[in-house]
Amino acid sequence: MTNDADDCVIQFENVSLRYGLGPEVLQDVSFALKSASFHFLVGPSGAGKSSLLRLMYLALKPSRGLVTLFGRDIATTPRRQLPALRRRVGVVFQDFRLLPHLSAFDNVALPLRVAGAREDEVRRHVVELLSWVGLKDHLDARPPTLSGGQQQRVAIARAVIVRPTLLLADEPTGNIDDKMAMRLMHLFEELNKLGTAIVIATHNENLVGRLVHSCLRLDGGRLEVDETARGPAPALAANLRQSSGNAA
Amino acid sequence: MFAKRTDLPLDRDALSRYLPWLIAFMVYMAVLALAGLLVLAAMARYWDADVSGTMTVQIPPTGSAADDDKRVRAAVILLLGEPAIVHAEAITEGRLMALLEPWLGTAEVSADLPLPRLVDVEVEPGADLDMAGLARRLDAAVPGATLDDHRIWLDRLVRLVRSVEALAALVLALMCSATVGTVVFTTRTGLAIHHDVIEVLHLIGAHDGYIARQFAQRALTLGLRGGLIGLALAVPTLLGIGSLARHMEAGIMPNLTLTLTHWLAIVSLPLLAAAIAMLTARLTVTRTLARMP
Repeated sequence: MTNDADDCVIQFENVSLRYGLGPEVLQDVSFALKSASFHFLVGPSGAGKSSLLRLMYLALKPSRGLVTLFGRDIATTPRRQLPALRRRVGVVFQDFRLLPHLSAFDNVALPLRVAGAREDEVRRHVVELLSWVGLKDHLDARPPTLSGGQQQRVAIARAVIVRPTLLLADEPTGNIDDKMAMRLMHLFEELNKLGTAIVIATHNENLVGRLVHSCLRLDGGRLEVDETARGPAPALAANLRQSSGNAA
Repeated sequence: MFAKRTDLPLDRDALSRYLPWLIAFMVYMAVLALAGLLVLAAMARYWDADVSGTMTVQIPPTGSAADDDKRVRAAVILLLGEPAIVHAEAITEGRLMALLEPWLGTAEVSADLPLPRLVDVEVEPGADLDMAGLARRLDAAVPGATLDDHRIWLDRLVRLVRSVEALAALVLALMCSATVGTVVFTTRTGLAIHHDVIEVLHLIGAHDGYIARQFAQRALTLGLRGGLIGLALAVPTLLGIGSLARHMEAGIMPNLTLTLTHWLAIVSLPLLAAAIAMLTARLTVTRTLARMP
């Protein structure tokens, strides 16, 4: 029998975060996300969505609490082993964070090259993905010459190129029209069907309403599960209950 | 030469343009210091080997050439009677004049100056010679004769040479430290300038070594470029100094020409500077990245 905890890609137990000596921006956050699950992370501006994502992609360490990524306790995992965990996490940053001196091709190729992929494989995968997001004619374009929407698509392509186990996206559809937004959401759903767990932080209530997925709702640094959300929310709730039980 | 795809735009840094010139200056100074060090070491060895096995007996003039000849012969006979002495030969007046010519000129001086007579003595290498006893016997056989084993002035000379040698080694060490300091400063500045790019690489799973390698390769290229510029400027300087040294008329000075081994050591300096730059950059980056989560 498979243990549900083993099936979790990421688990937070009573995690809190503060910057320096400031107030806690996240308080006692506990949740567990199963592999191949799909969640929206919603909440008002300043609720701590980006901070939560930063903790999830290991850009920050929690002030207290336990973060487990792919079954590894981050606090006790040797630093040299963290890059291997990070490679399994795709991130779409809110401000894209494309490298301005590299072409769209090289930006998307970056995770593959960092992982040591062969150049012929890099070329094949990158061209295919950039074609899919409608940027086949912009392979050599530098980010500053691309529109906001095009940059966002390059950022998304970079995040999904390695087919990550966990994809974290911070407002991934913020700068693109509804048609392209839905197209990209379908790309995320396709990835999700292939086994990638997905968390999308968004303000776009319209998008959340149109897609059947559970919600993680952040408000004032506290996380709550939106029980009214459609989709696999009960599974998430079960994981939460189990996390609390394990913690106790 | 080391053109490789890099994720960091390091070649666009203003500091990258200055680093080769800073390293060129340091390599230039280091080449001169090393050449001086090598030549001085050779000089000290030459004096030690060439002069330390010899002695000079000085016989004061009596005013009579016949008496002087007799005293010289007596001294030579006494010296050759010593088992540790393999050769003793009176220095002729002509050779004495030739030795004094650089200082006194070619004018007729022998008539006016009461020059002592000299006996050149060669001691068997490693022989145990009782200098004090020999000096006493010599003074008894030839009153006024003195024995000079060159040790006093040779020691002073070698001490001077060793001091200058130490100074050259210190300059060399300072140049290495300055190179390390310059590269540390440049690399840290590069890390600060490219912090955003480095963070992205870090977050997509790049090992510290992946990022450090890019800085190290850049430092290697710039270090090598600067080193070669420094060497190219230093070689004509060395040749010029060598040419001046060859024109010096000093019998005591050994041949100051650099040997093939010396040149190989000098040519290796740019490589050493590049290696120092590369290792320093790599260490600086890995130590800085270790502070990231």
